[in-house]
Amino acid sequence: MAETMNLSHDELRELARTIRKDVIMMTNTSSSGHPGGPLSAADYSAALIANYLRVRPAEPYWPERDRYVLSNGHCSALIFSMLSRRGFFDPGYLLTFRSTPSRLQGHPNCCKLPGVEVGAGSLGQGLSVAHGMALAAKLDGQDTRVVANVGDGEMQEGNIWEAIMHAGHRQTDNLIMAVDWNDAQIDGRVKDVKRLDPVDDKLVAFHWNVRWADGHDMGEVCDAWDWAWGQLGSGKPSAILFKTIMMKDAGEKYEDIPGWHGRPPKDDEALEILKNLGYNYSSIEEARASYGEPVYTGQIPPKMSAAWADVVKAETCEIVRGG
Amino acid sequence: MAKLNYLNGYLPSSEWEMELTRKGFSEALLELGEENQNVVVLDADLAQSTLTKFFAEKYPERFFECGIAEADMMNTAAGLSKMGKIPYLASYSIFLSGRAWDQMRNTVDYSFCNVKIAAAHGGISVGKDGPTHQSMEDIACTQVLVNMALFLASDYWEAKKVTKALAAIEGPCYSRLGREKVPTLSSADTPWELGKANVVVDGGDGTIIANGLMLNRAILAAEALAEEGVFPRVLSMPTIKPLDTDAVLKAAGDTGGVVVCEECSIYGGLGSTVARVIGESDTLVPFKSVAIRDMYLSSGDPWELMDLAGLGVDNITAAVRDVLARRKKITAMG
Repeated sequence: MAETMNLSHDELRELARTIRKDVIMMTNTSSSGHPGGPLSAADYSAALIANYLRVRPAEPYWPERDRYVLSNGHCSALIFSMLSRRGFFDPGYLLTFRSTPSRLQGHPNCCKLPGVEVGAGSLGQGLSVAHGMALAAKLDGQDTRVVANVGDGEMQEGNIWEAIMHAGHRQTDNLIMAVDWNDAQIDGRVKDVKRLDPVDDKLVAFHWNVRWADGHDMGEVCDAWDWAWGQLGSGKPSAILFKTIMMKDAGEKYEDIPGWHGRPPKDDEALEILKNLGYNYSSIEEARASYGEPVYTGQIPPKMSAAWADVVKAETCEIVRGG
Repeated sequence: MAKLNYLNGYLPSSEWEMELTRKGFSEALLELGEENQNVVVLDADLAQSTLTKFFAEKYPERFFECGIAEADMMNTAAGLSKMGKIPYLASYSIFLSGRAWDQMRNTVDYSFCNVKIAAAHGGISVGKDGPTHQSMEDIACTQVLVNMALFLASDYWEAKKVTKALAAIEGPCYSRLGREKVPTLSSADTPWELGKANVVVDGGDGTIIANGLMLNRAILAAEALAEEGVFPRVLSMPTIKPLDTDAVLKAAGDTGGVVVCEECSIYGGLGSTVARVIGESDTLVPFKSVAIRDMYLSSGDPWELMDLAGLGVDNITAAVRDVLARRKKITAMG
């Protein structure tokens, strides 16, 4: 079984376009969620899931897989689309996003969905978790890479810098941090809310390998991932700072506007964005119908809950755990 | 001296010796390190104090010094656990349950990480460091977590047995330890099972349920009451969650009243859960909580502070008398 897809740059661009469509349809259908970040991260994330992360969709807990930790958990639509398009489950299920019995929670939950390595939602936590995974792989002598996706605004969290300090100190060179540098957070531009620059110099000072990349140029994106994958043995963790644009490819009305961080598109806006992405649907219903049945076709995760949970109604328990 | 019926290998106060619960924890770690290659240990610049230093010396490749960064340590442990490791992390109770609560809730507990949290220096008996280092709130902060198993050992042996047992429990666990040497109340043969209470002293005049170092005070209270001809049952409750509700309700039914003694806040501790369990049952009996009532203590001698906080032996005997008197009043009312 091939653990990577080895797609061409054109094929990766097409995958990124599909991810963008998924994100718009998921957030539109659920009338909630965060489209801005997933659209800025779509290109480099498409390359990562298709060509770099060694995974087995039919065997999601394959021990030697590379690990991907979405630290900015509000970009859940991104990871769900990535997993679905990589073959973990059929895309029809994507439109159950954020509804009661769905495995596709507002913020990812590893107890419900294989492919999600750990839950995320409270910002700033994923890099430490990814670092722990990387340390375990080192202890076992595996060449597993662990990639954490971090938002630029998320880097204002102190826990991120604790993890950066720790990984630099330990020379954890199988750890890769991808930063979605779209310079937008809920209250405005990152540089206005609380400046992080010069972030590259800061990372170097913390003993990291650092490089910038245009997060929307597929050639540069793949060069950056190649570079990061090649740092095993360098004695330093690696950061790729992907310069991106929030709501990239959604159209002029939408691109680079911080307000789209956490606002789902209404039906007419979704149709317009889909059109700008090159999908011509005459109605939102037609767009939704293109997804097929909302049935989960992936693997069922092992039971991950305490045996003694004091739950009043067993059937409630099944609904919230099952999906 | 009135004769008390000690069960399950527990000893009368005349035979107690003093030992650290941290020592039991530390020795258990060394045994675990030998038995299970997946056991790893993390500390946040307190290895000298939590006594993880002995594991660090013996298994340096499996020890992760995280520096003074508890939140990072909590999540690093979560990551290690998701790769099949069984991480034990140690620091002071107040820092783990306070500063790293978000990490404990949103990552360790929510993602069902197999992380074992050893919270040293719990309670107010930390003493001279004062309220910033005393931890009255950790039991409430952790009992509320959905998947967390919660332990408070009373002596060296319980701490050792709990620590060993955590490796076999799938899921997050929080085990509070103390700073001071405390009496060794039990023995190597005393039974230990997850979620099970032990009868320490049998009796029928109310029940004292206790954990941590309050168990030795509960036994001292039972010995004092025996001089007056009052013979309460004493239950050791090292597992707070999952609670041994059967033992609680049996004790309530058999003895007619319950006193819970614990070195933490009256809010959200063992006492509040025992009170709920009794209140939701058909065995409605008088209840009294011997715990800390809304006060920051002070720097000072640990045992002086315990008495100031209302956690003295006299407070326990008074609580038992109160419960029995209320029981009598209820019975008289018919």
